[in-house]
Amino acid sequence: MTETPRVRTLTIDAEGWPGHRPGQHLDVRLTAEDGYQAERSYSIASPPGMPLAITIERLENGEVSPYLVDEAREGDGFEVRGPIGGYFVWEDDGRPVFLVGGGSGVVPLMAMIRSSSGSTPIRLLYSSRTFEDIIYREELEDRAGDRVEVFHTLTRGHPPGWTGYTRRIDNEMLTEVAWPASEQPHVFICGSTRFVDAAADGLVALGYPPLSIRTERFGATGG
Amino acid sequence: MADERRLDGNAIGGMMLELFGVEMTTVTEVCRTCGTADVFARTEVYMDAPGTVVRCAHCKSVLMRVVRGPDRTWLDLSGLGSVELPN
Repeated sequence: MTETPRVRTLTIDAEGWPGHRPGQHLDVRLTAEDGYQAERSYSIASPPGMPLAITIERLENGEVSPYLVDEAREGDGFEVRGPIGGYFVWEDDGRPVFLVGGGSGVVPLMAMIRSSSGSTPIRLLYSSRTFEDIIYREELEDRAGDRVEVFHTLTRGHPPGWTGYTRRIDNEMLTEVAWPASEQPHVFICGSTRFVDAAADGLVALGYPPLSIRTERFGATGG
Repeated sequence: MADERRLDGNAIGGMMLELFGVEMTTVTEVCRTCGTADVFARTEVYMDAPGTVVRCAHCKSVLMRVVRGPDRTWLDLSGLGSVELPN
């Protein structure tokens, strides 16, 4: 399924998949005819109990993502290892959740939103370059309501009539959107290194204990 | 400006799972240099070198280096004081 011009979701029929928790990722390994192997990590987009799906952004000069986004066809096979990770994982205990995603960093956060029982308050602050780059845009609109609040920011231009933010995430934005630290929210931040560092530093400045902030960084090249 | 090559320990979860047989990102490591205990997920990881370099997020010392070849793996753990694994 095409999400944006650069992003695609693939459903994987992984025999013997043991199930996963929201926030985990898997590794995809491709092997060329000459035996050369390339391996990359991708966040799982689907909630537990649903068909396994990953959402991939095509990175220029990448070794794996161009194949997965542009070339993979129904019935193609490749090696998958997972589920992986136990740190960037959400356990729903009713406490409010603050999710901060940059670009395709929204993918593991979407798995969390999709797996929510509906009673836990969740806020998502989601930074995209342009309106067309917003992944899961319609589904996020559909899911937004009392318990799920979605705040968008666009960093490289916005359409006429846009009412969301139009700049990189900064402390003022975090102050407006984040739960007060006193509510002891769970925090998950995923995106590029620069994005994650800025958001995490901002939340610490707002009084969030550093250990309450869970982060996952991905590389911007070579995927 | 942040170094965009710097990832974190989540990125080596798959490799560590293969090497150690257990989920390692939530495992506590102690840095031999500064003595700080932290989980592997919060280490600093560089994967753009010929091998993978894992550094302490607190003092930046090298904790671990991993080089993978086609039929073997070289593992340098000399920067680690200890690792606390679940039974």
